[in-house]
Amino acid sequence: MDPTSDSTAAPPVTAPGTPSAGLATLSVEDRTASGSVPIEEREVVFDCQGVGVRYNGKRALRDVDLRIHANAVTALIGPSGCGKSTFIRCLNRMNDLIPGAAVDGAVAYHGEDLYDPQVDPIEVRKRIGMVFQKPNPFPKSIYDNIAFGPRVLGMKDQLDDRVEQALKRAALWDEVKDRLKEGALGLSGGQQQRLCIARALAVEPDVILMDEPCSALDPISTSAIEDLMLSLTDEYTVVIVTHNMQQAARVADMTAFFSVDQGETGARCGVLVEVDRTERIFTNPANERTEAYVTGRFG
Amino acid sequence: MNAAGRIAQDRAGLAVRESLAGRRNRSVAAGVFLGYLLLSTVVGLIALGVLLVTILQDGLPYLDAMLFTNSPSANPERAGARPAIIASILVAVVLIATALPIAVGTAVYLEEFAPKGNRLIDLIELNIQNLAAVPSIIFGILGLAFLVRGLDLGPVLLAGALILGLQMLPTVIIASREALRAVPDSVRQGGMALGATRWQVVWREVLPAAIPGIATGSILGMSRAIGETAPLLMVGAATFVSFNPGLLTQYTVLPILIYQWIKLPQEMFQGLAAAAIIVLLVILVAMNGFAIWMRNRYERKW
Repeated sequence: MDPTSDSTAAPPVTAPGTPSAGLATLSVEDRTASGSVPIEEREVVFDCQGVGVRYNGKRALRDVDLRIHANAVTALIGPSGCGKSTFIRCLNRMNDLIPGAAVDGAVAYHGEDLYDPQVDPIEVRKRIGMVFQKPNPFPKSIYDNIAFGPRVLGMKDQLDDRVEQALKRAALWDEVKDRLKEGALGLSGGQQQRLCIARALAVEPDVILMDEPCSALDPISTSAIEDLMLSLTDEYTVVIVTHNMQQAARVADMTAFFSVDQGETGARCGVLVEVDRTERIFTNPANERTEAYVTGRFG
Repeated sequence: MNAAGRIAQDRAGLAVRESLAGRRNRSVAAGVFLGYLLLSTVVGLIALGVLLVTILQDGLPYLDAMLFTNSPSANPERAGARPAIIASILVAVVLIATALPIAVGTAVYLEEFAPKGNRLIDLIELNIQNLAAVPSIIFGILGLAFLVRGLDLGPVLLAGALILGLQMLPTVIIASREALRAVPDSVRQGGMALGATRWQVVWREVLPAAIPGIATGSILGMSRAIGETAPLLMVGAATFVSFNPGLLTQYTVLPILIYQWIKLPQEMFQGLAAAAIIVLLVILVAMNGFAIWMRNRYERKW
């Protein structure tokens, strides 16, 4: 971008030097504020207000007010059909890819409206990576899997280093360093999922969204991924959808409980019931529906 | 165990016996059906075997170097199939250069980019499926009216190859779409989630993953086109060509040469026709074999 024209009508996503936390000004300082700071006082990465989703006019989720703080793990829990996966896909505009899906309400990312018409969803997804329920490595080599993101985004310098760093960050390097040129589909399920996490890390995102990342994995792989999530919070903000309440209890700083409301017309719709620090959600929730769920009496 | 319990158990046992017997009846039906399937296969194999043996018996004595080096001649002692073999190869080249990119492009557009539920797109899809069912002679008539006369190309190899390409389009489009559809959506989502554009995901991930399937479909479509006769008769493929054909010259292809030779009265030409059939068969079997090899070699488990 031409540095002389930055004060004029530059699109908000790439505007350099704007004093407010524009997406492009996101820097190391933003990320490293963590440690002993109470989670509620950490920077707000996502500020969602009245977020809802409709699929072909049918409402699947409504009125979600939720703040997601930096350098922490936020878990979204709740019964099937409560809209937690739908919600997480609002955060990197993956719902754009589903025909007939419409998002309403406001999602602010570092203060910027994610759904502003000027925002390019491609730019959003560069910064907000996603890991899916089923490991989905590309049918090519381990190296090429990690290199895909940097290559399409033009981050081609020192690609080898970048791949190595991403694999190390995802705690996979030692297992695959001697077979980087081998096919990724030959890895075990747990390794594939860590590869997918490494792939997301290789493009230097700010946030990692994980949609039930362990539901297809055995307990040992699950534990490896959970350790990884915890270690990622020093640099990244992690949001995870999980069916597994113990998992939320183990890894999450904040937990949001979603549930299903049956409207007057009988239509089922997901709602956010309660969000709080994880220990409070599991020991002393404010809402009785949350309590019923976490104690196993419902769902 | 008391009496009531025993009765209940007997009933349960009876129910199990009945259900097991039911399975045995079905397995008889399954056996009959299996026999029928085997019989069908054997009939097909025997017919193919008889054909092959006859052709080999008739043709092998005539399968010599002259067949590949000489031009057709009224004298069966000196007749060969060189111009027809060259023309068939040229046709294949034209198909690869024209029909293949168009077919794959169409498939990629329809599968990856076309808006779903759009009336126009639905109409195009319906048309492609119908096109696959159009008799080949109709394509010949189209070629005659549009290419040979309309565009005034004349009865040249390019016109014939283009019409074969048109005929091949629906087959390759449908096969390519199948191959693209077999690439799981998780691959596309994974790519998009990394900030790649739809085009980047298609070009770098989806298309390479679909290549084996696309290649298989393309080769099968091409081998059908190479063996095709009817539309070429319509667009004026000559039956007697003694020079090496080019794109804009008259031509004959192997199937037409075979057709021509079989009509001739001299016994030797029957043998030559059989030899040419062997050549054509070897080409087609090689193409199909390559397609199968390719499919197995690059078969993926998702």
